[in-house]
Amino acid sequence: MKLPPFEVHRPSSLYDASRLLRDLGGDGVPINGGTELLLAMKLGLAQYDHLVDLKRVPELRGVRPISTSVSIGAGMTHRELEGSPVIAEAVGEMPRMLAEVANVRVRSVGTIGGNLCFADPHSDPATFLSAVEATLVLGDGSTSRRVPVDQFFLGAYETVLEHGELLVEVTVPAVPVGTGIAHMRMKVHERPAVTVAAKVTLERDTIVRARLVVGSVCGAPVLPQAIDKLIGASRGTWSERVREVAAASAAAVAPVADAEGSSRYKQALVEVFVRRALDAALANASGFTR
Amino acid sequence: MSTVITATINGRTFKGEVEDNELLIDFLRDDLGLNGTRQSCEVEVCGSCTVLVDGLPVSSCCYLACDLDGKVVETIEGLVGTAFHEVLGDAFVRHGAVQCGYCTPAMVLTAKSFLDDERLADEESLKRAMRGNLCRCTGYRAILDALMDVMGSERAAEAGSGR
Repeated sequence: MKLPPFEVHRPSSLYDASRLLRDLGGDGVPINGGTELLLAMKLGLAQYDHLVDLKRVPELRGVRPISTSVSIGAGMTHRELEGSPVIAEAVGEMPRMLAEVANVRVRSVGTIGGNLCFADPHSDPATFLSAVEATLVLGDGSTSRRVPVDQFFLGAYETVLEHGELLVEVTVPAVPVGTGIAHMRMKVHERPAVTVAAKVTLERDTIVRARLVVGSVCGAPVLPQAIDKLIGASRGTWSERVREVAAASAAAVAPVADAEGSSRYKQALVEVFVRRALDAALANASGFTR
Repeated sequence: MSTVITATINGRTFKGEVEDNELLIDFLRDDLGLNGTRQSCEVEVCGSCTVLVDGLPVSSCCYLACDLDGKVVETIEGLVGTAFHEVLGDAFVRHGAVQCGYCTPAMVLTAKSFLDDERLADEESLKRAMRGNLCRCTGYRAILDALMDVMGSERAAEAGSGR
């Protein structure tokens, strides 16, 4: 398979990249590692005359601790983030989640920003980052806005990004003491069939906050309302409530049938993985309770 | 459209023009005649087309040749005659880790990218590191045995980092 002809542009600032994309209109597309875009172009699913390479844009690089969060440049590769001590310190579950994205070759060149912007429905980072309440900084080199990850996706392969606007940075809050995070996935192929991420906060053995995100089964990550049943549960009662939340979450999602499985099969997976993720998040939170 | 690139390929400098839409695998096989890099699934899944760019494994089937500017590329041909090739080649033969051989260059290159990493000296870590390289002959056992044999050994560390 060959790629259709195109021209690669290599801007060296966010402003230039953004302006170029705006000028090119529908003929241009941003590219970084290309692990998703080049594949789609090879398969004839997308065609562009101009690729705007973001690898030389310095604003998209780096990992910085900022008070109680970590700021991650959208152009950082999965591989670079897997080994970042700053991220490991603030959000211990994140390197483990990234270390299982696709395969080692995709992680060498694929970026966190590329993964989010391509908005493939089967995404570990999208699910995980929604659960940990990460915020995205979108910008064009002169203006910027902040969007919570769970409001970034409009559906499969669709985001709130305006033409010429770029994802610059992902801000991930550090996990405080008493809060537990868990990320679970099942994958047979490169992309996960189901992804569930949970975040729970305990105060004196009672659940005071709980957040649940089910990914990879619908067009975009979903946040089942049923998670609210966990609030107020204490150590003696939460395992029963976790089962209720799992059953209700599975009933509430309407999975899309695809190569990873039928809708009913995925619904069954959701129930199992919600239960496991919540159990694990609670165990992680308990481990740090004083 | 084309781009002029300068890259180090198996220790030699390449300076020349490549088409913007040319894939790394086609550049290596068709332009440079380095046929040890295998074409198979073409969608980044099987691992057969793995080469190392700046020491990291990439799928050459979905990597642009014009992105090589300033990079160091290693293909299986570049390992011939090196200590690493000798150590790993020997282990592969001893354990019968090669049958048809189609996946072997990629297995060897992937292993080279982490074989001097002591954190991977147990079998579970090794399996994780090698995941995504498909072999349809050996059932993987022989490959893992060969790699376990050399993992963490001083010889492998020396051979992995130097050449």
